[in-house]
Amino acid sequence: MRLQALLQRSELFQFWRLFSGRAAPEAGPVTLSQRRVYILPTRHGYTFGLALVLMLTGSINYQLSLGYILTFLLGGVGVVSILHTFRNLAHIAVSAGRVEPAFAGGTVRCHLHYDNPTSFDRVSIEARCGAARAVCDVPAHGVGTVVLTLPAERRGWFRVPRVTIETHYPVGLLRAWSYVLPDASTLVYPKPEEAALPPPAATPDRGDAALAGTGNDDYWGLRPYQPSDSPRHIAWKAAARGETLLTKVFVGLGAFELWLDWNALPGVAGVEQRLSLLTHQVLAAEEANLPYGLRLPGRELGPGLGERHRDDCLKALALFDGGRA
Amino acid sequence: MAAARNEPLPFHPLLALLAGCLLAAAPHAPRLPWWVTLLAAAMLGWRAWAQWKNEILPRRWLLMVLVIVGLGGVYLTYRTIFGRDAGVTLLVLFLALKLLETRTHRDAVVVTFLCYFLALTNFFYSQTVLTAALMLATVLVLTAALVAFNGPRRPLRESARVAAMLIAQAVPVMVIMFFLFPRVTGPLWGLPADAFSGTTGLSDSMTPGNISLLSQSDAIAFRARFEEQAPDRRRLYWRGPVFWHFDGRTWRAGDVRVSEFAEFEPRGQPLFYSVTLEPHERNWLFALDIPAKVPPGAGATGDFQLLARLPVRSRVRYDTSSFLDYRATGGATPHELEAARQVPDDFNPRAVTLAQSWRREVMTNERIVSRGIEYFRRANLQYTLAPRPLGRDSVDEFLFETKSGFCEHFSSAFAFMMRAAGVPARIVTGYQGGEVNPIDGYLVVRQSDAHAWVEVWTAQDGWLRVDPTAVAVPIRVEAGLAAAVPRTDPLPLLGRVELTWLRALRFNWEAFANYWNQWVVGYNTERQRDLLSRLGMPSPSWEKMALALFWLVGLVVAVFSLWLLRRAHGEDPVTVAWRRFCRKLARRGTARRPHEGPRSFAARAAREQPHAAADVAEIGVLYVSVRYGRDPDPSLIGLLRQRVRELKV
Repeated sequence: MRLQALLQRSELFQFWRLFSGRAAPEAGPVTLSQRRVYILPTRHGYTFGLALVLMLTGSINYQLSLGYILTFLLGGVGVVSILHTFRNLAHIAVSAGRVEPAFAGGTVRCHLHYDNPTSFDRVSIEARCGAARAVCDVPAHGVGTVVLTLPAERRGWFRVPRVTIETHYPVGLLRAWSYVLPDASTLVYPKPEEAALPPPAATPDRGDAALAGTGNDDYWGLRPYQPSDSPRHIAWKAAARGETLLTKVFVGLGAFELWLDWNALPGVAGVEQRLSLLTHQVLAAEEANLPYGLRLPGRELGPGLGERHRDDCLKALALFDGGRA
Repeated sequence: MAAARNEPLPFHPLLALLAGCLLAAAPHAPRLPWWVTLLAAAMLGWRAWAQWKNEILPRRWLLMVLVIVGLGGVYLTYRTIFGRDAGVTLLVLFLALKLLETRTHRDAVVVTFLCYFLALTNFFYSQTVLTAALMLATVLVLTAALVAFNGPRRPLRESARVAAMLIAQAVPVMVIMFFLFPRVTGPLWGLPADAFSGTTGLSDSMTPGNISLLSQSDAIAFRARFEEQAPDRRRLYWRGPVFWHFDGRTWRAGDVRVSEFAEFEPRGQPLFYSVTLEPHERNWLFALDIPAKVPPGAGATGDFQLLARLPVRSRVRYDTSSFLDYRATGGATPHELEAARQVPDDFNPRAVTLAQSWRREVMTNERIVSRGIEYFRRANLQYTLAPRPLGRDSVDEFLFETKSGFCEHFSSAFAFMMRAAGVPARIVTGYQGGEVNPIDGYLVVRQSDAHAWVEVWTAQDGWLRVDPTAVAVPIRVEAGLAAAVPRTDPLPLLGRVELTWLRALRFNWEAFANYWNQWVVGYNTERQRDLLSRLGMPSPSWEKMALALFWLVGLVVAVFSLWLLRRAHGEDPVTVAWRRFCRKLARRGTARRPHEGPRSFAARAAREQPHAAADVAEIGVLYVSVRYGRDPDPSLIGLLRQRVRELKV
């Protein structure tokens, strides 16, 4: 029991947890303390070592005192560069910034911020995550930001995976690195797939029960004008009287309703493909400035228009789990 | 940086790399075949131009053609592609070729390492202070290039600063390793035949003319350090090769073999000194007449020569001692005396006639020697560095016609006449005199001090030194070469007496160069053992040295890491003071909770630590105003630190 506790506090254990991604994501800025910065020679470092051995052998063989000096001087540079490489990374605070949503098959742009609380510049700090890489310098007492472009493979929640923060500066002989598991996630929407918008006329059998009783174009009242309102609905008579612009509200906009319906996609078999088609329709409707609603098995959104409505619809599509919930 | 690995190389770092290549290769240029110098310069220029104009680099087949041309050319020039000179030439060629295909970060790093290696090869040819300074500059530029490649968004000046800092911090490690790394004597494998060439020094034969050529060289032959006062320069005869055999034109050593040291009767006190000999490719070790102690690794001959077992190919230092007053009775077997009377037939008839007349007039060797000396004193012979060329009967022509010559003419003529008169005689070459450098007290002996004299055998005195040059031109031995020759003769610039300021400058420079040679270039197994036992490591073995090396380097690294990493996080005094404050309170049971801001924490701490409530509250207010206040008074920081320091909870 005690051994296990000791083990869990050990550096190696921490390394393993971070390396294998089993550690819990850390919220907020993560300071790369000295305990979690690791350092090893790079391939160039090993080549350099080999070159030094050759130079030393030559110096011994030809009795070149200055050869010894040159070899040892370069060896010394290698030794002190361990400290400088380590120092270049340690004590930086890393925090994940905005993670922009994306469509499956596209890329998630993950912003990483570095905060350098120390009085010297940090150079060539590289963030790596899979194949994605981004480098920047962080000035003394300053901040630096990089954007990691990560592949968004599947729809749903996207959690930013383990990010390796590393540096080879100043001489590239050593690599200091640290692992960060930022508490950052975003949504990946289904991949849009080209599909025509359904006809705007609502089919009677799929009319909303709540709205079915009200007739089309029944005048219901006035509300203040919003920029997205159609000019046809503006109460021009009221406007002429010098009052502020008002929009006439009708109950049951059936004739103008555009329902993007899960079930209205005949001949489409796969769940993912349906979601892709619907995603495209949402985007197209939004683009065309047509109010739309989204009907999924067990869920209905809208009708509505605007960025917020779009995002709600896309979120529903991204997290769609087959209607079992 | 990794992300940049496949991108085109940044301009400025590459420029620095090219400059480093140029610095590493340029000192080789005079030694390389001219076509290699031209080709390498052209390729370097091509690479710089391609980078400048963003041109594409040559295709691989063209490089292959250049490789084959280069290999072939080197083979034709050196008749081998191995060995020191051919190897360096190939290294320069391949470096230049590699530059032409340097496209990626990785290539650039490889080129940098190659350049480091090329910089090292300069030490094959020269290990002077100047070479060292040039190589330091080279390493600085190359390291700056390496730093710049790894931080391509930084200005080149900044990279150079970082490189200089890295090198400065590497110096302590270098010094420790230099002095403590166990030195191994001798080559690890057979050295190529051309490993050492182009050194000057005495030759193993003496023909009138070859010492006078040497005399125009300012190069240092060796340095000596006496334990006490250096003797008068008239007594400084540095014994080198001894010549027995004369063929009418050239004196040769004859049969030299290491044997027992010949006997002699010392008179007076021995003189102890050490000699630092420049490499001269021969086995002779120079010592004052007569050496009494054979240095380790050397042997002696029957004619009082000291011979190193191996040719002197690097600077060596040896301790020895000499008796300036002696009676050299050894090395006088009948066979040896016979060899010392050999004269070639049918040469120099006038000299032979004269010598035989001396033999008829006075019977003993002693008296003949006196006659000879007397003759030389009165013959009105001139001393010159530019003697006229002599014909077949060189002794006759010198004594009776030209009457001017250099020490080899004098000694050759004297020895020949002694032999013609039946007195055993031999030629001793070496150096005469030397100059004490007032800065470091070393006696410096130059090639221009090269000299030749004669030893004659008399039953009374044994082998007796006669310096016919000194007899005829006493000033040569009393005041040196410059005083003895006519002003119109070509003399080494520094040999002239009137340029005193130049001499003062030279003394300083040479004293420094001597320290350099003694402690840097000449630092070898013996020096290391000597130094370490003086520093309190009795009988240093390589294990002890390795251990000391390990611990000292570890210590230096530990000190550096404390310094570098401490500065990394402890630079903000306000944070440091606040942390200390929190630590102090935590020890008394009031630990700050993660959610507590400074104000609420100070309030709670003041409640929980009533006896220090006022102090705690004050620190809280101070901290908040220093940390979050608008334009805080800098003196408040000092106050905060003081209050935290004085806080007693």
